[in-house]
Amino acid sequence: MSLSAPPRLLEVKDLSVHFKVYSGVLKVLDGVTFSVDAGEKVGLVGETGCGKTTTMKAILRILPIPPAVVPRGEILFQGEDLLRMRPDQMRQVRGPGISMVFQDPTASLNPVFTIGEQLGPVIRYSAPENRGLSRRQIRQKALIPLQDVALADPERLLDAYPIQLSGGMRQRVCIGMALATNPELLIADEPGTSLDVTIQDQVIRLLGELVERKRTSVILITHSLGVVREMTDRVYVMYAGNMVEVAPTRRLFANPLHPYTRGLMEAVPKLTGGGMAMGIPGRLPSYQHPPSGCRFHTRCPHVMPVCRREKPPFFQAEAGHQAACFLYSPEAERHRNEAQA
Amino acid sequence: MAKQGKVEKLAPPITRQYVRELQRQNRMENLGRGWYKFSRNPLSILGAAMVLLVTLLAIFAPWVAPHPDHAEPFTDFGHAHLPPSLEYPFGTDEIGRDILSRVIFGFRLSLWMGVVVLALVVPVGVLLGLIAGYAQGTRVDTIIMRLTDVFLAVPPLILALAIASVLKPNLTNSMVAVSLMWWPWYTRLVYGLASTLRNEFFVSSAETMGASTAHILFRELLPNMISPIFTKMSLDMGWVIIIGSMLSFVGLGVQEPTPALGTMVAKGARFLPDQWWVSIFPALAIVAVVLGFNLLGDGLRDLFAGEEV
Amino acid sequence: MRLLAFLARRIYQSIFVLLGLSVLIFIIARILPGDPARTALGARAPQWVVERLREDMHLNDPVPVQYVYWLRGALGGDFGISLVTRRDVANDIIEFFPASFELVLLAGIISGVAGIGLGTLSARHKDTWVDNVVRILSYMGVVTPAFVFAIILLLIFGLALGWLPAIGRLSDGIPAPPTVTGLMTVDALLAGQLATFWDALKHLIMPAVALALGALSQEARITRATMADNLSKDYIATARSLGIPERIVMGRFLLKPSLIPTVSILGLDFAGSFSNAFLVELIFNWPGLSRYGMNAMLRKDLNAISAVILVLGVIFITVNIVVDLVVGGLDPRIRLRAARSE
Repeated sequence: MSLSAPPRLLEVKDLSVHFKVYSGVLKVLDGVTFSVDAGEKVGLVGETGCGKTTTMKAILRILPIPPAVVPRGEILFQGEDLLRMRPDQMRQVRGPGISMVFQDPTASLNPVFTIGEQLGPVIRYSAPENRGLSRRQIRQKALIPLQDVALADPERLLDAYPIQLSGGMRQRVCIGMALATNPELLIADEPGTSLDVTIQDQVIRLLGELVERKRTSVILITHSLGVVREMTDRVYVMYAGNMVEVAPTRRLFANPLHPYTRGLMEAVPKLTGGGMAMGIPGRLPSYQHPPSGCRFHTRCPHVMPVCRREKPPFFQAEAGHQAACFLYSPEAERHRNEAQA
Repeated sequence: MAKQGKVEKLAPPITRQYVRELQRQNRMENLGRGWYKFSRNPLSILGAAMVLLVTLLAIFAPWVAPHPDHAEPFTDFGHAHLPPSLEYPFGTDEIGRDILSRVIFGFRLSLWMGVVVLALVVPVGVLLGLIAGYAQGTRVDTIIMRLTDVFLAVPPLILALAIASVLKPNLTNSMVAVSLMWWPWYTRLVYGLASTLRNEFFVSSAETMGASTAHILFRELLPNMISPIFTKMSLDMGWVIIIGSMLSFVGLGVQEPTPALGTMVAKGARFLPDQWWVSIFPALAIVAVVLGFNLLGDGLRDLFAGEEV
Repeated sequence: MRLLAFLARRIYQSIFVLLGLSVLIFIIARILPGDPARTALGARAPQWVVERLREDMHLNDPVPVQYVYWLRGALGGDFGISLVTRRDVANDIIEFFPASFELVLLAGIISGVAGIGLGTLSARHKDTWVDNVVRILSYMGVVTPAFVFAIILLLIFGLALGWLPAIGRLSDGIPAPPTVTGLMTVDALLAGQLATFWDALKHLIMPAVALALGALSQEARITRATMADNLSKDYIATARSLGIPERIVMGRFLLKPSLIPTVSILGLDFAGSFSNAFLVELIFNWPGLSRYGMNAMLRKDLNAISAVILVLGVIFITVNIVVDLVVGGLDPRIRLRAARSE
């Protein structure tokens, strides 16, 4: 046998996350599996509340534990399981390994510290050689990420408080901070959603250019299929704590397979960063009592008896294009007949 | 007819009744969720139980106290300074009175004081707060709120002590003293709530429809403030009882032989440490009753927490 | 410059509050007692003496005129003669204030340090047994009045165990240090009298702790609540996701925003301690301003009562201004908003 292929940059296998709350257990992530290769730009789409952000926080191990628990799964980053790492090893992964831009730039910046006070420690701890630098040297280095995100007058910006910046500037600062550590993998969680459309567009474009130049791998979470189409190589579609479809971006748009994905595509004209209600009737199921079998079966126009019984695995439709739906099972014919009977 | 009904079902007209009904439903739903939280929290239940127990003891003091006559002029030097025993669970004081009985009657006095003070203070404070909050920016607002600032400029205990000290030391005057110092807290609370609520849709719509000021204050604003006011009242029962006990501790409250918890602690302190029970049991009784009202108050806060005010 | 403008505005506002307070005090000390001269002299004083005093106190003039006389005196530091000490009230206040200040200051330090410490501990170990113990204790601390703490401490450490002196500021036979600051412990250190320092400190501990326990509990609760709340904020997740060490995330990025509400409470508690000290100083026979005020009230010493309340009002208002300054220093949002509104 040949040597095994080099490990992927990130490989998440069967990841489950539950939240223990007053009234019971919320099974938010239910066996999420996906991967990112080095240099790849991966999109992640799905409606609000489907578990995208939870997945990312689980990867970085910044979920509050309790109430969150991770009953099973593996998160392999450069071949090592993050879930088994000691806290200090994990801390070294955060930043130079994986860093993240959160949804709301205003909430992501600490209101009582200046940009410089927040950016300083990021730089100091992003590389061992930075540890011993003087405040002054750190400050010099802190100018670079701000210049990278095309912010004017970075010198003055370092002494500004978040409240003094516009929404677009805050978003740029957040991106700059996340890239200041020169991460292998950048997770961008709906960047710019809270901004108006023109500025959002600028910010996304800027992000695209930066990761291109720095050759950073990206997971881009977004509502906007337009952004996905423009920016990513491959797309995962997520629904209610499960990955339901994955395909190279172009293929997904040309030929969406999963009924949920198709619904998403139909919803496009009405999709302005909000809900999906136009394309798919109904709403996300309860995580406390999720539907049996396929979690989408309650809203699926093609539901079959098997969908209520079993959870569909990924079925390969074409190279690199998989859908977790029994319609694409080799036995689809039989399932459909069962429905008619 | 049928057609009309259908249309109405699809898009109910946004009438005031409809809005009110929605608000009511929303409140009920929140209360239901709050009650669930409240009932799940053993501390809230404990607080409610303590308050209930103390209230029952206070109401039925003459029948439940083992020696009800010890709350009146009574001396029995033969049984003075007895340590806690089966007959006298909290022991006896320097003139042979059963401390447990006097503590039970002390609850009666404390609760009575709390109830009277709140009954005096809440309507006044709330009314002033409503007026000032609704008339925000006018001279009325300025006068009322500067007046509360003056009363809040010094801790309420000091002014209450001062007022009680220049009046005759008795129950009525200590209630007057505490009441005079207490209304500004309600004014401030309600003022804050009213100044945000007055910009709400339901207030402006009432204004447009020409509702009277009284209607807006009492039918539109007040119903939306009930929960924070109730929560504060439960917590304040505790604080009023503490201030009352402080007044009687220094001798500016109820006079002997009427049993006040504060007086009992003060008189008993002379017999520390040997006859510790004379002072310590009434002291613990104060803590217990205040604890009960605080636990209940925090529980109420949870109960109402679903509501955005 | 901004700071000066802020200060000027706050002082300007405070003048009105103090004027209002002076009216309130005037009503308490001059109107409520009925005949203040009779109240001051007691029932047995002969009528002609009472008349003389009425004349001296301008009680035969119309009420507004009386107020003006009284206020003019008060502004000049003339509160009249204390009926108990037979001395100038202003002198009494200057003499008794440092003892109260020393007590309240130590109580404030104890409550601030322990309150913030326990609150942080509780928040970091949220929902564990550590958290539960701190929460139960701080709950008990909040609902227990200071005088009950004082009695319990006195019973256990003063009388039963005899570890700490029960009353006063210094033991008999211990020489008092020369007065520099008026704070006995500080003066003893300045004079190099270690034995005196130690004795003064032992006298100070029980009343200070009795005063501190309530405030401490409240501060611990506030700190815990704010920290637990802030821990779930995105900026903490962001700081962690960027690989900043936990001690910096907690000790800097969490601590500073979490301290803001605590500092406000701390200030209020500090000023409020002067009022709780009314009872605590009485119990420990601590020769401070609060005991002076309490005794004045018990003996209907109207001049002293008005002076003490006015002084406490000034302290309260000053502390509030200081708190606003500190909070403004901690929170740029408040600072910048204030600057913009000007």
